Amino acid sequence: MELVNIFIKSAFIENLALSYFLGMCSYLAVSKTVKTAFGLGLAVIFVLGITMPINWLINTVLLSENGIFGTDLTFLRFILFIAVIASMVQLVEMVVEKYSPALYNSLGIFLPLITVNCAILGGSLFMVSKEYNFTESVAFGLGGGFGWFLAIVAIAAIREKIKYSNVPPALRGLGMAFLLTGLMGMAFMGLMGIDPAAF
Amino acid sequence: MADTAVVEKKRTISFGKKERKLLTDPINDDNPITVQVLGICSALAVTTGMKNALVMAIAVIFVCIFSNAITSMFRKSIPKQVRMIVQLIIIASLVTIVELVLKAYAFESYKQLSVFIGLIITNCIVMGRLEAFAMANRPYESALDGLGNGIGYGIILIIVAFFREFFGKGEIYGAKIIGASAEYAINTTESTLFGWYQSNNLMVLFPSAMFVIAILIWAHRAWNPKLVDVS
Repeated sequence: MELVNIFIKSAFIENLALSYFLGMCSYLAVSKTVKTAFGLGLAVIFVLGITMPINWLINTVLLSENGIFGTDLTFLRFILFIAVIASMVQLVEMVVEKYSPALYNSLGIFLPLITVNCAILGGSLFMVSKEYNFTESVAFGLGGGFGWFLAIVAIAAIREKIKYSNVPPALRGLGMAFLLTGLMGMAFMGLMGIDPAAF
Repeated sequence: MADTAVVEKKRTISFGKKERKLLTDPINDDNPITVQVLGICSALAVTTGMKNALVMAIAVIFVCIFSNAITSMFRKSIPKQVRMIVQLIIIASLVTIVELVLKAYAFESYKQLSVFIGLIITNCIVMGRLEAFAMANRPYESALDGLGNGIGYGIILIIVAFFREFFGKGEIYGAKIIGASAEYAINTTESTLFGWYQSNNLMVLFPSAMFVIAILIWAHRAWNPKLVDVS
């Protein structure tokens, strides 16, 4: 039950994209059509689900004071985390290229950019600061990825519709995407329970 | 290839028109946030106050300059297949330096920025400029490009932070400017002309950053119509 709780919490209440605004660059750039958004979302779920437990192992076994080296090596955290993420993304890139060339072509430059998708590294850093154990970190990774997937597919669907609306020229495209994301973020804040200090 | 190498050697380090363009382009026509859509996450997260925005801007400018320069020095010896990992390790080392320096000399900001210092690594501006510029240019130009993009990013960060801090807390750089009169009666003895403003806490929450940047993009594109998205 605890794990289901963490999954639901990380997917909806603490949505990485709409509550913490992580991974915004690819979120805004790849959300023009639902199809590419869907592909990128799936890739993010996969990469988050894999890197989170690996980074958990690295953090507890290698870097912590009780690990095999016996000293506090947490200052190496950034470098090791990002190396794990970069190699996992390289792996995903090769798999997608082999099995779905169409998806590979439509994702274009944004597949390697999953490496610099802050949602992935941010997820790992949150996992450390929330002190999850191994299974919890798996649930957190999958839940966070699922939440990000939902958010990007939702905004892509809205942007596909809004193409037919009469938006002021200077606001077209990027500006509108920002406004929509802000509104979606407010909607998701309802799930969090708005901070009483806001009134 | 050999020809360009010779030409490259002849060019001396100077600050002419081309170099100035490297610096000013990212501030207006090629702004990292409003035009290239890079580095949004940190722009949203750290702009609740101008102090944090300033610290973040300085950190990003530092990382941008040095990662661009270092990558550019090694650009001919980095194998293409593993270039991402090499670039990320360069960036991660620089960010670790920034983190340790902040921890030692600006502990308050370090605590408030928390995860987002680590997230400079995945700030797409740094990575994007390495891919787009530093891998193909000399260290000197790359450093200038890094400086320009860092400044372009920092300016937007500080503008957004100004609006959010002013309307969200009634403060500018931590100093109270406007506020509700009841609040003034408690905190200060002096009366003020601006005692009527009840600060709007929504401005401190995340969605407002989206709205402020959207309005900035709107204004920027209305003022500079060649940036308008035609698609």
